Amino acid sequence: MTVALTSFVVPCLLAGLAAYALFKEVDVYGALTAGAAEGLTVVLRILPALIALLTAVYMFRASGAMDALTALLAPALQWLGIPPETAPILLVRPLSGSGALAAAGDVMGRYGPDSYVGRVAAVMMGSTETTFYTVAVYFGAAGIRRTRYTIPAALAADLTGFVAAAVTVRLFFGQ
Amino acid sequence: MAWVWAVLVGASVLFGAVNGRMGEVSRAAMEGAGAAVELAVGMAGAICLWSGVMELMGRCGLADRLAGLFRPLLRRLLPRASRDGETLSAVSANLSANLLGLGNAATPLGIRAARRMARGCDGTASDELCRLVVLNTASIQLLPTTVASLRAACGSAAPFDILPAVWVTSLLSVTAGLLAARLLGRVRGR
Repeated sequence: MTVALTSFVVPCLLAGLAAYALFKEVDVYGALTAGAAEGLTVVLRILPALIALLTAVYMFRASGAMDALTALLAPALQWLGIPPETAPILLVRPLSGSGALAAAGDVMGRYGPDSYVGRVAAVMMGSTETTFYTVAVYFGAAGIRRTRYTIPAALAADLTGFVAAAVTVRLFFGQ
Repeated sequence: MAWVWAVLVGASVLFGAVNGRMGEVSRAAMEGAGAAVELAVGMAGAICLWSGVMELMGRCGLADRLAGLFRPLLRRLLPRASRDGETLSAVSANLSANLLGLGNAATPLGIRAARRMARGCDGTASDELCRLVVLNTASIQLLPTTVASLRAACGSAAPFDILPAVWVTSLLSVTAGLLAARLLGRVRGR
């Protein structure tokens, strides 16, 4: 049911947006290509980070260290209902967006993007942010030195997101 | 991140030596670099398409309309900051850009709001400023396009079928963040 409904979202969004933009006399094609050019710079910006991080993640996995880390964290994660395979994503997510993307790509490549673990990884990525980076940017720009309870509160949001990702994927897709 | 990378690679050498898997580790280093390029190329088309769509949404004025919808909510969430019209419009534009996934547009708007809210705070974050930053660290996104591009690059049958799960999860995590901020604000005081 959800699959059938969500498959409508993208095509209808594209068509509806084009119609609305024409109605508003916005240059649809110009906006799309200008945005796509900006997208290329995004890809170029994350590629060097992806290369560095996937190299490290692959080495980490091949050495058996990943299995050791997963085994170490498994009891705590299982208690929270989080699949232990996603452990690397949880650890890197608050620190680095491209690092988490690399870890999520690795999980999806290994277990499949449409598997339970692959979907949980995707939902985790889609519903959390690079917390430390965001806090640093905002408070740095605003000249704030004492951040008080911001970081614990933001990390509580991240943790809730991780736990909720495991629950919602189970609810919407079964395990 | 320098530390994360060094620890990952250092642990790989250590575990590789102990487990006698140095050959695999050495091969994996090259494979990982190659896989990163494959992943980036696989995602590039979808990321560009969605950046184009987001740009179009912005130019159509959809972001501004969304921003209008947020104002009543923000008046309750940030009552003091909302008294300043310019701050309120910056925050609502920041939220709507986040919601549409326009990260590049969202950050400068949010920073403008944060700077205005930080005036006279003497380097200590006010409760409302903390709340604004928590809102921005908990990603609230209608279309998580980057992760959908990643799923498409990995061969997903329906990259966007995670939408409802992402929405519910985001809502829960934002709520938890704001609740935690409120609780911690009370417990710790000024």
